[in-house]
Amino acid sequence: MPAQPLELILARQFGDSLGMPCFLVDPDGNLLFYNEAAETIFGLRFGETGGMRVEEWATVFTPTDSEGNPIIPEDLPLVKTISTQSPAFGSFYIDSLKGERIHITVSSFPIMGRPNRFLGSMAMFWKTEEI
Amino acid sequence: MKVKVWGCRGSLPAPGPENAIYGGNTSCIQVTHGETCFILDGGSGILRLGKYLNPNIREIHVLLSHLHMDHTMGLGFFTPLYNPNIKVHIYGPSTSNEPLVNRLRRYFSPPLFPVRVSELPSHPIIHELNNCQFSIGDVEIKSDYICHPGPTLGYRLTADKRVFAYMPDHELQMGSANFPHDPEWTSGFEIANGADLLFHDAAYTSKEYVTKIGWGHSSVRDAIAFGKMCRVKKLALFHHEPVRSDEQLDQMLKESKKNLKLNFEVELCAEGAVYDLD
Repeated sequence: MPAQPLELILARQFGDSLGMPCFLVDPDGNLLFYNEAAETIFGLRFGETGGMRVEEWATVFTPTDSEGNPIIPEDLPLVKTISTQSPAFGSFYIDSLKGERIHITVSSFPIMGRPNRFLGSMAMFWKTEEI
Repeated sequence: MKVKVWGCRGSLPAPGPENAIYGGNTSCIQVTHGETCFILDGGSGILRLGKYLNPNIREIHVLLSHLHMDHTMGLGFFTPLYNPNIKVHIYGPSTSNEPLVNRLRRYFSPPLFPVRVSELPSHPIIHELNNCQFSIGDVEIKSDYICHPGPTLGYRLTADKRVFAYMPDHELQMGSANFPHDPEWTSGFEIANGADLLFHDAAYTSKEYVTKIGWGHSSVRDAIAFGKMCRVKKLALFHHEPVRSDEQLDQMLKESKKNLKLNFEVELCAEGAVYDLD
């Protein structure tokens, strides 16, 4: 497998050192990494899942709105960032793999390398409420 | 390809009898393949290189890894820049905003240097690089950003199926997740993978490195681990600390190789050394 560009390597290093949950994807939206704090929310260790395709991670945690309606992948902040190469923000519910329904708030931003290369996206998220 | 070392000292030139074996000039490597001539970095070693260039040469390609002073301080003394009959190309890393030529002008201007770029007999041809691949003559060049403060490129030169990889300033621990066990997540892997000859930063002992994390350099042990990960055939350690004497460098390598079973050659880069990759 070809090595990742430096910017993604450093983004992963950054995320790995944070105590707040973070999620890193490539330009196609494929999951590259999530950190230990995110593992706590998802209820699954990254070492067990490894990378995932966008279709997989965007549905595996069953994102829903406040009334329980499913949110399509295109409306998720990180997927918006991938398609627009712009920052995005949103709040919604997910089901952790432990079966908990969790309210999270997500901020996502594109990773632009020098001089103007779109290399992927990163999302930071916060657990805002438990039901 | 023929690779000749004109300078392998890091940070600051360090002339003196105690450095007679490994040399005191800063980063400068000449790579020749047929009529094609590359110079990797313009440290103080480029002055002597300029004096001994083939007088018939008409085109030179200078590949700058980055613009720290020890990699550029010799450019103003590179005689071909003052010879209108020689076409000099200068390649270097792109940034987000400032063109490479403007960053070079900072050096080519008072108070650092009396001659401006615009005052040279013929303006060097400037090429901005990022993660890219291109060919000059029969040599394929690949450049990738690598982990070092400020925009910094590693170079991989391939000709006749032989590979020379150059990463004079590179911090492996900072640019890798789970070093040295995950090549996909290690800065510079694509540059060095399977190289016949790798020049790699090995500025520090392991003990020194822990007090200098984030300064952009690697320990000898990390450079050796990287060489092993990349399955290089020969590793020449680069960026010798200016305070370190020949004797101390030899001792550092000896201690760093202790208890290691290596299936590739590891040596200290030395000014004047020539490697024939044919």
